[in-house]
Amino acid sequence: MVRVCPRPRTAAARRRRVTPGSAARYLVLLLMAVLLAGPLVWQLSLSLKGAGEPLYTQPPKLIPEHPTFDHFATVLDRIPVPRYLLNSLAVAAMAVVGNVVGATCAGYALGKLRFRGRGVATAICVAALLVPSETVLIAQFLTVRATGLVNTLFGVALPTLVAALNVLLMRNAFRNLPGELEEAAIVDGANAWQRFIRISVPQVKGVIAVVAIFAFVGSWNDFLWPLIVLSDEQNYTLTVGLNRLRGTFYEDPRLIAAGTIIALAPIVAFFAVLQRYFFRGLEAGGLKG
Amino acid sequence: MTLSVQRRTSLKRAARPARRAGSVLATHRWGLTPWLFLLPGLTVIVLMVLVPFANTLGLSFTDSTLLRQGEFVGWDNFRRMFADERFTTALLNSTLYTVCVVPCMVVLPLVLATLVSSAGRLTGFFRTTMYLPVVMSPVVVGLIWTTTLDKRGLVNALFSTLDAVAEPVPFLTDRWLLLFSAMFVTVWTGLGYYMVIYLAALANIDQSLYDAAAMDGAGAVRSFLAVTVPGVRSTMTLIAVLSSVAAFRVFGEVYVLTGGTGGVGGGDLTMTMLIQREGTGLQARTGYAGAISLVMFVILGALLLAQLALQRKRSS
Repeated sequence: MVRVCPRPRTAAARRRRVTPGSAARYLVLLLMAVLLAGPLVWQLSLSLKGAGEPLYTQPPKLIPEHPTFDHFATVLDRIPVPRYLLNSLAVAAMAVVGNVVGATCAGYALGKLRFRGRGVATAICVAALLVPSETVLIAQFLTVRATGLVNTLFGVALPTLVAALNVLLMRNAFRNLPGELEEAAIVDGANAWQRFIRISVPQVKGVIAVVAIFAFVGSWNDFLWPLIVLSDEQNYTLTVGLNRLRGTFYEDPRLIAAGTIIALAPIVAFFAVLQRYFFRGLEAGGLKG
Repeated sequence: MTLSVQRRTSLKRAARPARRAGSVLATHRWGLTPWLFLLPGLTVIVLMVLVPFANTLGLSFTDSTLLRQGEFVGWDNFRRMFADERFTTALLNSTLYTVCVVPCMVVLPLVLATLVSSAGRLTGFFRTTMYLPVVMSPVVVGLIWTTTLDKRGLVNALFSTLDAVAEPVPFLTDRWLLLFSAMFVTVWTGLGYYMVIYLAALANIDQSLYDAAAMDGAGAVRSFLAVTVPGVRSTMTLIAVLSSVAAFRVFGEVYVLTGGTGGVGGGDLTMTMLIQREGTGLQARTGYAGAISLVMFVILGALLLAQLALQRKRSS
């Protein structure tokens, strides 16, 4: 990035010149990209290799000789992947709606309204933020069991239905809004709910999108909690169901690979479409929350 | 009723410009409205986090099992824990995990971010590629690496093609190799995440500092050490704590790589895996699992406190 140069160069001139330094830099970056994306490409290649094709050649071959989609069909045939997908979607939908509605409402109260007990309510959220989920795992399980929600999708969604982190994120977002519009609305006779829906929420849409996306990904990828709560195969979410791939298809890596590709496709597409929100969330909200 | 009262007060107060700023917020002193806004969120947080935490505290001093409400046994669970070989193994593994993973997470993503931020038009491409593993489920990541690191998997095939090893490396069956493989997978997954955080921090460094360093004859490495590192020091602290808490809690990678067994003889158990094993299933000893959870909470709490102390020291 910094090079010793006798006189300042323009950006255009800098870009055109290829120095050994910048070549090395691109080489390292390319290697990292291969290391990070390589295993995914290899999985894709494995999943497409024909049944008779040798897998363990040396050197390994990336391009399948007899490409086929058969393995995807086999996986779908032997493991109810669509069912798992639907279950995961249902849980993720609950998490998204719960967090968007719950955290936005609570965040508004904490950030824009003044009332007795606001400090206590904020302290409750901060305290909850400091409790790592693993340390309350067993007690949460006992609670869910006592309410008869074990082995239900709602039981899976329940502990993260409204996350304290999201409440605090929304609180900060509302707090940082300028007060003038809200004051004008008060003068016009708008009550708290009207101000919330018409004035404040439209101004924090970006943060709401970040909350929704992280709630979705977090729920979609969660493994430990659904593993504990769900016992009936009909209710498995995708992660718990996929965990069985290894046992079921141990003999054939092609099938495991096909299974992982099926599981990856939706989340990769989701990321590709919404990636700017991922980065925005990390750069702004995630850091300060 | 509440609403109309509060509207009247707010109108009355808003009419007095001198106190306007404070008055707008001071409209719900006794109203029910704020609590209606808070109801769904607070209910979930209290019932699913704070109450379970209190229950964990209570449980950990009893000999409860899943099917039987236990009796108070004092510090028995904690005494038994330190004599329990699986607990000491899990504590060792999780600690080792943290010690090995954290330096990688603090340093590697920073180097990467520095390289990526100077990649011009390719910055976006590299950022997206490297972030991709972050959005993937630990189960999927674990499965991908299970096939890749298998005795006959890609890595061993490459090794023997290059004649680097005489026999396949037992990445997934040897106790220590498995632990290090899992660490590698964790770093592989997390690189992109921390890199994006660093990219944001790098953007805040004053460009003129780099120019000044260049004037003084500093090369790329020198200016990295003299300008970049001091410029992102607070971010480094933050990432150290975030990644240490995450590393100590590791579950998915080790679980999937060991096929859910925790390795041969449970040699690769981590703290979270131990809690999951002790606290679930029909044989569950929930009291004992609660006590382990509590120890884990104390350790994680200490890591968080260390962060607060460091930050305060730095800002004062």
